[in-house]
Amino acid sequence: MSTSLIMIAITAALVNNVVLSQFLGICSFLGVSKQIKNSASLGGAVIFVITISSAVANLLYQYLLLPLHLEYLETIVFILVIAALVQMVEMFLKKTSPAIYQALGIYLPLITTNCAVLGVALTNVQNDYNFIQSVTAGFGTAVGYTIAIVLLAGIRERINEADLPAPFRGAPVVLLSAALMAIAFMGFSGLSF
Amino acid sequence: MNQYMERIYNGVVKENPCIILMLGMCPTLAVTTSAINGLGMGLSTLAVLIFSNLIISLMRKIIPDQVRLPAYIVIVATLVTIVDLVLQAYVPSLYSALGIYIPLIVVNCIILGRAEAYANKVTPVLAMFDGIGMGLGFTIALTVIGVVREFLGSGAAFGITLLPESIPPIAIFGKAPGAFLVMAILVAILNALSIRTAANKKVEGCDGCCSSCSSSCSDNGKEGTK
Repeated sequence: MSTSLIMIAITAALVNNVVLSQFLGICSFLGVSKQIKNSASLGGAVIFVITISSAVANLLYQYLLLPLHLEYLETIVFILVIAALVQMVEMFLKKTSPAIYQALGIYLPLITTNCAVLGVALTNVQNDYNFIQSVTAGFGTAVGYTIAIVLLAGIRERINEADLPAPFRGAPVVLLSAALMAIAFMGFSGLSF
Repeated sequence: MNQYMERIYNGVVKENPCIILMLGMCPTLAVTTSAINGLGMGLSTLAVLIFSNLIISLMRKIIPDQVRLPAYIVIVATLVTIVDLVLQAYVPSLYSALGIYIPLIVVNCIILGRAEAYANKVTPVLAMFDGIGMGLGFTIALTVIGVVREFLGSGAAFGITLLPESIPPIAIFGKAPGAFLVMAILVAILNALSIRTAANKKVEGCDGCCSSCSSSCSDNGKEGTK
């Protein structure tokens, strides 16, 4: 795989889309995709948190776990750091920029349980990414998540008006839309270098 | 003995975490490309769930209420790390097939959900049986979905080819979209049979889980930063 940063970002966002091909963050993908506006706000919050957390996780792994030969503790360290980090980001935003907090605030706690955050941190370690590469991959992944959830929300706003067979109303048709989106996103695999 | 068997029935049938409560969707969709992967993931989760329920129930009087969630997360993450190392040592093929989804058992809603909703209120043996029931229910659901996807996607089950060469399999079911398709059809069938599930909002499900998790996580973070 090419190590150039643009390739990492495109691969993370489109080719290996976090929701549609890695199945991470399905919970919020299905739960918070009723309206485009809300999904876009959640997407913004996810971009913010994943970018910061992949930076912090990378620093911790390189300068704390590796020198001490504690690589096997990565799961425990990452999940605790992510939980604390999300809380700190929330408090920081509340104090410094109430406008952003208004827009993203209620979505921030939701993100701790979003397995995409932990997933990105672990994938970065698996791929031996350095600091810059980790941040780029984190940012790309989160942008991919935002693209997917906003697209799904758009589809759902239309589907709400449609006359569906009764058993398919609700969750099944959302899953079907996600399946069709996943087929479309498989087309991006031609982009992998 | 009756109440213990009731726990297992509850986990496998009445409140099946995967099919009725719709919890743990990420591993459900991600690793069920084949029956053996589904089974492996189910058993790993079962192991974590039994011991996390047991330990949390044993420590329910020691752990202060305000810091219970960070404590639970540390317990679960420790157990997951143990499972991760055991699989790496003894079943390397499964370990590489499941990959990142093993450490991600930590954020599986089922485990923290059972700890918070059940294990921290009851005796250790009852909590353990609840873990066995829920874990078995999850394992069975994952294996069945895995069998369906493997059969449709490659005409085989547990790696044994069942369909003759002349019938081409539908490869899409083995790939990512297939997971969504199978799940959509499964939920539609449950809806048509009017079985109460989280998907038709008659049982507290993923939405409930996320909101409960989020409130719990904000507690958790506050404790961490104090």
